[in-house]
Formats: sequence, structure tokens, C-alpha cells
Amino acid sequence: MLKQTEGSAAVAETVAACRPEVVCAYPISPQTHIVEGISDLVRAGELERCEYVTVESEFAAMSVCIGASAAGARAYTATASQGLLYMAEALYNASGLGLPIVMTVANRAIGAPINIWNDHSDTMSQRDCGWIQLYAETNQEAADLHVQAFRIAERLSLPVLVCMDGFVLTHAHERVDVPEREAVDAFLPRFEPAQALDPAEPVTIGAMVGPEAYAEVKYLAHAKQLQALDAIPEVAAEFESAFGRPSGGLLRGYRTEDAETVVVALGSVLGTIEDTVDAMREDGVAIGALALKSFRPFPVEEVRAALAGAKRVLVVEKALAVGIGGIVSADLRMALAGLEVRCDTAIAGLGGRPITGEALRGLFEDAVAGRLRPLTFLDMDWERVEAELRRLGEGGRSGPHAENILREAGIVAGRSH
Amino acid sequence: MSGHQRVRFYQVGSHVVGNRLLDPGQRTVQARTDRSNAITSGHRACRGCGEALGARYVLDAAMRASGGQLVAANATGCLEVFSTPFPESSWQLPWIHSLFGNAPAVASGVAAALRAKGREDVRVIGQGGDGGTVDIGFGCLSGMFERGDDVLYVCYDNEAYMNTGVQRSGATPPAARTANTKPIGKHPGNAFGQGKDMPRIALAHGVPYVATATVADPHDLERKVEAAMEVRGARYLHVFVPCPLGWGSEAKDTIKLARLVVETGLFPVFEAVDGEVREVTKIRHRAPVEEYLKLQRRYAHLFGPDGHPEIVARIQAIADRNIERYGLLDGDVSSSHGYAEESRHEEGE
Amino acid sequence: MEGAAPSRFEVRVHGRGGQGVVTAAELLSVAGFDEGLHAQAFPSFGSERTGAPVVSFCRFDTRPIRSREPVSRPDALIVQDPTLLHQVDLFAGLAADGYLLVNSGRDLTELGLADLLDRHRPERLLTVPAGEIARRLLGKPLPNAALLGGFAALTGRLRLDSVQAAIRERFRGKPGEANAAAAAECFELVAARTGEGARA
Repeated sequence: MLKQTEGSAAVAETVAACRPEVVCAYPISPQTHIVEGISDLVRAGELERCEYVTVESEFAAMSVCIGASAAGARAYTATASQGLLYMAEALYNASGLGLPIVMTVANRAIGAPINIWNDHSDTMSQRDCGWIQLYAETNQEAADLHVQAFRIAERLSLPVLVCMDGFVLTHAHERVDVPEREAVDAFLPRFEPAQALDPAEPVTIGAMVGPEAYAEVKYLAHAKQLQALDAIPEVAAEFESAFGRPSGGLLRGYRTEDAETVVVALGSVLGTIEDTVDAMREDGVAIGALALKSFRPFPVEEVRAALAGAKRVLVVEKALAVGIGGIVSADLRMALAGLEVRCDTAIAGLGGRPITGEALRGLFEDAVAGRLRPLTFLDMDWERVEAELRRLGEGGRSGPHAENILREAGIVAGRSH
Repeated sequence: MSGHQRVRFYQVGSHVVGNRLLDPGQRTVQARTDRSNAITSGHRACRGCGEALGARYVLDAAMRASGGQLVAANATGCLEVFSTPFPESSWQLPWIHSLFGNAPAVASGVAAALRAKGREDVRVIGQGGDGGTVDIGFGCLSGMFERGDDVLYVCYDNEAYMNTGVQRSGATPPAARTANTKPIGKHPGNAFGQGKDMPRIALAHGVPYVATATVADPHDLERKVEAAMEVRGARYLHVFVPCPLGWGSEAKDTIKLARLVVETGLFPVFEAVDGEVREVTKIRHRAPVEEYLKLQRRYAHLFGPDGHPEIVARIQAIADRNIERYGLLDGDVSSSHGYAEESRHEEGE
Repeated sequence: MEGAAPSRFEVRVHGRGGQGVVTAAELLSVAGFDEGLHAQAFPSFGSERTGAPVVSFCRFDTRPIRSREPVSRPDALIVQDPTLLHQVDLFAGLAADGYLLVNSGRDLTELGLADLLDRHRPERLLTVPAGEIARRLLGKPLPNAALLGGFAALTGRLRLDSVQAAIRERFRGKPGEANAAAAAECFELVAARTGEGARA
């Protein structure tokens, strides 16, 4: 049903329509409205045969999902940032055991310094944990991806992360055609697990595996992700056919056909990027955008095909690999190996710093003019950074970085009225 | 069950295998050839392993109580490692091992799934060693208790992280030597004043059933498993299981040590319902702590010419306190802390 | 683009935590949706904390909205708490022909904002005692819903009944009615002061 609604609410309703049997909830900003929404639906009796378990930590949340999924139940939870890290061990366990859990991550920065606003540090930090990672551009897509996620996960026996930008999407009110229960029922078959803890047919799940067999078991997760390169577009096509709108898939090009410069990004920033692309196209610039929707598996062939005609690529990233630079860019460069395409990285929006159309325009113009360095930090206040490095360099007790930089940033003085 | 290994008994004449003088109805589950043998032979436990024994007693009793409708979630540790040496598994029931610190949460998840599917006839056991229970799994266990998830959690307590080479855990008793609490210099092994009393912590959560037991008394242990399985909600069973390798004791002394730890008063055996101690196992022949300690090389530094009689005395004081607190001697009434206490002795108080 | 109203209209709401600043933007977006517009509302704050300055945004358009950046060039500003006026730079980016609605019983000159009247179209800058209206009708000085009625009258971008429907959907029962009444009263007040001139 088409409605004007909060992103989190749309996701909560959609997840409920997917008939999860066990939902775990541990609160962390900015995911709270999602788990609260599902709790309300369970309590109101609108979500039957669903056990809603309030756990004592995110580690417990994922662990309860593991037990539930292993027992053959459709399991779901949501988290962000620190919570995702806290369950890191369990993430690897879930993918290694081949449990089709679906989890929403309301993308948020990772501390220190503690910050509750949006960037992609959290899910990027877990890019190797074996979970499929899908990124939503809009709240419509965020809702739709959950339906697709359960189908993909259960088809492959591999868990799926649905990533949506915290606050920017979760707390935004916009129009969403929330998938209705009957339509989802028709689309999502009952969960038929590939393995289950069942007294009628006892199995041992989670046995120790030594050097003689570990590599093969581990490879299975990789093999399933390679299968996902087919499954993801298939399910997206099935979804479009059933629900009447395109959603998900591996990637989506925007005005890339004749683009010399292509901007690559994930998530909601693509909206602002596309507005900027349109404005520059009006000025005759051959620029386009590539929305990456599946980050894991990384769609190497599809990216290569999409960018083969470009002269230069600019990856706008919302996370930083400390000590080297871009994360998505690194994967992208692998995909473009051998092609004559210049690839630059711009790190933007860390800790929720707004990415403005104006700043993007300047950045893209620099890219087109060949003025960009390989690694750019958009809107970085270098003076503050230099000042703090100087303080640290002077030795002695220079104090906590965050406090020093915040003090340097100053507060607007108040005049009493 | 296909592939179920047939149990064969050999005549040995101990209580464990079946006392012919007992009514068949009074014999333990272990004494029956039709026991489920949920953890079957072929596992790689050390000889004399108390945990292998404990797991077998507990799970067979639980399988019987649940009509074979049982799922087990196991923490990382000795039990998990020796029971699933790739490519074999000794588990004859549905069994999952996830991580070290999450067995209680995984068990909770299984229970939630079964509930969602309307299969509450299938029961759930979570199990782990002392490390996985009182340390790294503590938060998850507490959460499971607080929610009252329908899981029986069993801790097999051999008082250290054995699987990784005998390092101390939050359950290691005072003065014990472990790989990182060696009696070097003035340190007498593990420090005094540390050690979580997990059964009492479980009591404090107000869960419906808490009990302690040892592998020396299978009747008692099985009865407690049965009693626990009759209840719904979060339940806790703490089983004392000697570890010959980690304790430096003889394999043949495993049962003896389990009996002695009770007879000294160092390990109170009790049963508690809804947060109140209802029954304690009385000490039949009280033993001084030395008799127990001297059988284990992990306490060897307390004895001999460079020994520490003052530390032994402190350990004795702990035993004395337990005896008083729980009323472990015949004719004793619990003298403090308001435990409801019933004497098993016919004469009463 | 003289003559035709541009399809994009952006609003920024300022206030303090606990005053319903975020709700105000959401209600605007729902009202816009009800009128068939595309609308996007989102906050700029995060942790729940009463009293701290809060900003929220609402964009309207006849076409789908893709941008996610904060509103830096508002076509309209709503200020729910006058104590913010000289503490935070509320007016950054306000369009030359932008609208301003401040919750206050005093006029802009009394509020020390006379310079604004020079830089913008004065008939589009108004104060309205929304808090007092709310106190009278709701029993609490929560001005957010009332101000939306004023916004509708001032800008002509939304109809009063759309605003009221959004309010009633959000606040059921008596609070909904009271808030809707406050919005209506504020609407009338502003409509009387602006006539048709402001909306040209």
C-alpha cells in the first residue's frame, strides 16, 4: 500500500509481511524504530507464530538467530555500527554454518570517536564475513530488498545484510509502497531449511574441522556468493514481475551509456549524485553514475561492463580504510584491471557529515577536468587536523583528540534575548 | 534411530552399571541397555574424563525424560572438541555448536524457533564448561535466565579452561595451580576471594529450578535432570566433573574426587526451586579437605616441606562455612541466610 | 523563473528537542503526500535530548525527490522557539523571496530581526503566537501543529484541510482535534495579515 511513512516503519511492516518466526531485538540508534515497529505488530497479534526475543546484547541477538535458524525457523534481526562489531564473531559463524538469516543494518559510523550518524564504516568492516551485502538507495528499495533478501538467503543457504543509511533513510518520511502480506506470501515460499536440528533426523551442526577439510568448507561460502551473482538479479527480476517496480539487482547505471566520467557509489547518496549528474548534463558534460547495489558479492563482470566505456571513474565512499584509503575503490580497481580507466576515490560523509550537491558539483568538475588526486577527502577541515597533529607532536599531555578538535570548532556565542 | 550404537554391558558390579540388588525401576538410566547413548563411544576424551561421564548421564536422562525429543546447543570447549573430531561425531541427538560465549543464546534461539512452530514437545539443553558458562557466556546465560527461556542449561565444571591448556577461569577454586596461576614466588596458586558461585547467581535470577550434582552420584544427577525436565522455563544444573589431566589426578580417582569434594563440604550439593534451596545432600562421612586436595597435583604446592598449611586451613574454613550455611551434616539445620531446608535424614531437626 | 511556481519547495524547521520539530516536518510531508505531491521529511539530530537545538527538513516536489542533503536554501523557515533566534544561525540560506514564520507574540522588530525585513520580502516574514494559541487550546505550549496552519496560510503551498488531516491522523482523539483547531486558528490569523500579496 502506498503511504507516506518513516523508512524504519516501512521496513518493520515489510519484514512482518515476510513472516519471520523468530525476531531478535537489541536497541541501537538508529535502528530502534525498526525493532519497535515489529514489536508493536507482534503484540497487536498482527504477526502470528513469531517469537520476539529481547536479548541482552547484539552478540546474543545474532546467537539467538543462529539457534533459531538452525532449528529451521525464519530468523531476523537488525543492528548498526557498534552492535554489528559486537556480533562480529557470530556473523562469521552464521555464514560459515550456512544459515539464511536476514539482518538490517542501519548504516552508522563506528567509534571512537563515538558518533551515531550515517556512514558505511560498519558494514564495510564486515565485508569479509561471508554475508551477502545489499545497499538500498531509497526507503522503497530498503523495504523491497528485505523481501528479496529472504528469498535469496533461503535459496542459497547464506545470510544476507540489507544496508540502509541510518537517519538519512531510517528516519526519513517519504512515500513507500509497502509490500502487502498477500503479495509477499505469494512471492516468498515457506522456509524449507537445507539443515535443521530435528530429533527425527539428528545431525551435528558446527563440528570442528581441521586442516584436511577447512578450506573446502570455507570455500562453500564463497561458492554461494558466486551463485548469488546469478540469484540476486534473478530474484530482482522475479520481484519486478510480481510487484511491478524495479528494485535491487547487482547494480544500476544512470546515464552511463555515453558517459566519459562515471561516479560510483552505494546507498542514499546516489540521489544527490544523480541530481548533480543531471545538472552537469544540462551543461553538456558527459557524466553518469553507477549505483552499486550488491557489494558482496562484488559484481566484477557487471562493473567492468558498465564502466568499460568510461575514461575516468570516481568512487564516492562513505567509509575509510585507515592506513590506505578507499574500500569500494580497491574492489573496483580489481574489477577494472587491464582497462584504460582512471580511477579516483573521494571519501565523503564520514560520521554523518552532509554531502551537498554543491560539494559534489565541485568534486565532479574536478574529476572531469582531471584535477583530482587519487584520494580526496571531501569537505575535510585540514586546519583542524593540522592543529591537532601539531599539538600531539609537541609531546606531553596534549589531551583527547575529540575534545581538542571540538573546542577548536567552537560554539556560536549566545546573546540573551 | 539408524546407526544407533548398541549398548553392551560387561559385568563390573558397581552402582554405575546396575546393581542387581536394585529393583529395575530403581536403577539409573545408565543401567539400561535401552538408554539413548546420546553421546556414544568413540569420542576422544581423556581417560577418566569427568565431563564425558557427566554429559552422558545428563543427556541420556534428558532424552528419557523428553521421549527422545531433545536438541542440544554446546559451547566451544573440551566436550565440543572431543565429541566431534572431523569427520566423526559422537552425538546421536540433534546438536549444534556455534561459538564459545553464546551457547545459552543459541539454545534460547532453538527454543524460540520450536515455540514459533508449535513444537514445544521438543526440549532444549544448552551446555558448556565452566569457562563458557561463568565467564565468556555469562552475559548470554543471564539474559536467558532473565527472559525465562525454556532451556535447561548444564554447566560441566572442571574448574579451568581445560581445552586450551588449563588456564584459570572464573570458577577456578582458591589456591589451585593452573597454567596462569602457578605457585611462583609468594603466590599460592589461584587467588582467594575469586571465583563465581554460579549456582547462587542462578538462584538470584529467580529461575524455577537450580541444582548442583556430581558424577559420583548418578542417581542424584539423573533425578535432578528428570526434575528439571518436568519444569518449563529457564533451569540451571551445575555438575562437578573432575579432570585428571588438568588437575593432575589419576584417571581412576575421578569418581572418588567427585565423592570427596562433597564429603569435605567444598561442593554443596543442593536442589532449589523458585529461588529457595529445598533439599541438600547430607555429608555421610565427613572428610578433611586434605584428603581431597592431596589426590590432585594442582594442590601439591600446599603440602610437603615447602607446603602452606595456613592455606589448607583457609580452604578448610571454606568447607566449614559451606557446611554451616547449607546444613550439610546430619541433624543440621541451615543456620543462616534463610534457606528453606529439609533434612533428608528421617529424624528431622 | 518568474510567474510559474517552481516545482521544488523546501522548508526548514528550527526548535528545541521536545517541541515536536521532527513531527512538524513529518506532518508537512504527510499533508503534501495527501495532496499528491512528493514529500521528504527528515531530521538532522540524533540522540534523544530535550532542550537541545533541533533542525528538521521537508522538501516538496511534483516530481520524485532524489536528493538527500539537508535543506541549505530554504524557501520557508519555521522557527518554533524564539530563544534560538540569536543563538544559532537560523536564517542561513533563506531565499530572498523566502517565507519566515516565527512562534512569538512580538513582531520581528521587537525580536531584533529588523534587518531581515530589509533583505527579504517583508510581507512574507511573520510572527504568530502559536505557543499561546496551543496553550489555550491544548493546555500545553506546543506550537508545532499550530505553526503548520500558519505555514499553509503564509505560503499557500498546502491547504489547511490537508494539514489538519495529517494532524488528526498522527494525534488521535482529543489531542488531534485540539491541534487541528490550533492550526486553523493560526491559519486564520496569518491569512488575515497576509491577504493575497504574499503568495504571488
